[in-house]
Amino acid sequence: MSQTLKPAPAGAPAEASNRVTLGLSNRLLARPEVGAAVAAIVIFVFFLVVAPAFRSPESFFTVLYQASTIGIVAVGVGMLMIGGEFDLSAGVIVTTAGLFNALFCYYLGINLVVGALLSLVFCLAIGFFNGYMVMRTGIPSFLITLGSFFVLQGANLGITKLVSGAVSSPNINQMAGYDLLSTVFAGSFKIGGVTVWNTVIYWFAFVALSGWILTRTRIGNWIYAVGGNPASARAVGVPVTRVKVGLFMTVSFLGWFVGMHTLYRFNTLQAGNGVGNEFLYIIAAVVGGTLLTGGYGNAIGVAIGAFIFGMTSLGIVYAGWDPNWFRAFLGVMLLLAVMVNLYVKKLSTTRKVG
Amino acid sequence: MTDTIAEHADETLHKGESLIEMRDVGKTYGAIRALKGINLTVNAGEVSCVLGDNGAGKSTLIKIMAGLHPHNEGTLLVDGQEQSFSSPRESLSHGIATVYQDLAVVSLMEVWRNFFLGSELVSSKFPLAGMKIRDMKRIADEELRKMGIVVKDIDQPIGTLSGGQRQCVAIARAVYFGARVLILDEPTAALGVKQSGVVLKYTAAARDAGLGVVFITHNPHHAYLVGNHFIILKLGQAVLDKKRSEVSLDELTRQMAGGDELTELSHELQR
Repeated sequence: MSQTLKPAPAGAPAEASNRVTLGLSNRLLARPEVGAAVAAIVIFVFFLVVAPAFRSPESFFTVLYQASTIGIVAVGVGMLMIGGEFDLSAGVIVTTAGLFNALFCYYLGINLVVGALLSLVFCLAIGFFNGYMVMRTGIPSFLITLGSFFVLQGANLGITKLVSGAVSSPNINQMAGYDLLSTVFAGSFKIGGVTVWNTVIYWFAFVALSGWILTRTRIGNWIYAVGGNPASARAVGVPVTRVKVGLFMTVSFLGWFVGMHTLYRFNTLQAGNGVGNEFLYIIAAVVGGTLLTGGYGNAIGVAIGAFIFGMTSLGIVYAGWDPNWFRAFLGVMLLLAVMVNLYVKKLSTTRKVG
Repeated sequence: MTDTIAEHADETLHKGESLIEMRDVGKTYGAIRALKGINLTVNAGEVSCVLGDNGAGKSTLIKIMAGLHPHNEGTLLVDGQEQSFSSPRESLSHGIATVYQDLAVVSLMEVWRNFFLGSELVSSKFPLAGMKIRDMKRIADEELRKMGIVVKDIDQPIGTLSGGQRQCVAIARAVYFGARVLILDEPTAALGVKQSGVVLKYTAAARDAGLGVVFITHNPHHAYLVGNHFIILKLGQAVLDKKRSEVSLDELTRQMAGGDELTELSHELQR
């Protein structure tokens, strides 16, 4: 074909004279988690100053534990939000997972391990249902998952009451398989006299895995694309439906994981628990720089968001204040984060040099 | 910039060979007929221009070829075989790449991620395997340089590039990944004169490298600069179907502006 070519128009010079390395501050600002990191440091220092009890290593690890209980699900919720969707059922699915496991095994006398696996299948099915409905009907995920949120919330209470006659699950600590599961999901160990819950380790691992997936793998590329511009992603051959359904299932998997932790830590579950936590996950993601509209954010940011949650919820207690102020504080954080995000998005999409 | 295209263009393409042939193709959405009796041939090394006003059926025509909506009348032959695409993936696997006017790229993603989107270089089949990021960045940068686009930083979001550059990245990407047929949906509609020029030059380069190009536009001047064959659609039907040698720019412009209707109108409005 080369003989048919017209003379090539002049290409670009090999060494682009207009290419510059952006300054450090510019490159930093373009990262989604920077705002959250600065906020985390400020809050950390603030509580160090005002709350003497906050200064001990024990309380630091308590903060990490508190952060991990929100942070694990927030990893999934953050990825889902980068993929452009919401999951409002993420808070109650945690309780659903635990209740399913406890009630099923207690009343049928089945090994808890079997129940935990069935509970996992059940949760993945809910995630699949959420994702499939959103993709199939085109109804915003906000509405679909709001629906499944209410269904699960009602079913949690209704079924628990129907089966056990009370609003909490029976104590399962005498049942077969309990020891194994409580070591796996609710174990802890001591480092130099400080108790470390293994959920903290799991949390770090999930964050690292999510970071790897988002930035280094093909699937991560697809997640950003389906969140940023699904039509364009579909046009270049990205399997949009599969990616989004997979994200919903990831969230319900992580919900199940935390559900297992809660069940095996306390041995019994209140059927009404978990309501409202879905917003904590979303706040952690948004404070961490994830765009509500999708296509932007990262794993570290979401982790920092969860850490801020852990710090403030305990910091207020350590400082001896009325813990009721915690939610008000969270609201302020959210508003600030949204404004910072908007600014960052503007900054990163304005044209620099053509 | 022709280097890129010539390098990556399919070796098996021969000029004049028919790549896509539509025979009497039609499409109805429920009771609405969007397209009727369309005959269109896309040959290798030629640009087939599809012109028409808004609502004339241009988008439906693209969607049939791109696999977004299958046709329900007539036959669509790709490389001589009858096809009915039900997904963009299927259409892509036959070497038909579509570059849409406004949804060519994901603006918040980095330039190199956009370039490789849907065709990432991975180190193994394992779903969590890492991408070859270094290679991807290098290739994307090289390919863009060959086209005369120097981005400040290959890591910058593609939304920071100009509209013309984004179109070019999308076209270059399609060609790099072995497209045989390139469908360009109003590539110059939102662009200024100079940027349109860049896109048109690139279109011509793709044609000269032996690709079949379908150029959708409502600008007859742009179409005439690169086209070999012109079809004007009106209300879902072809009202003009001529080779370049049979039609002049004036006639094309007149037809696009309304043709006979315009003559009638001028009689009516005669002062």
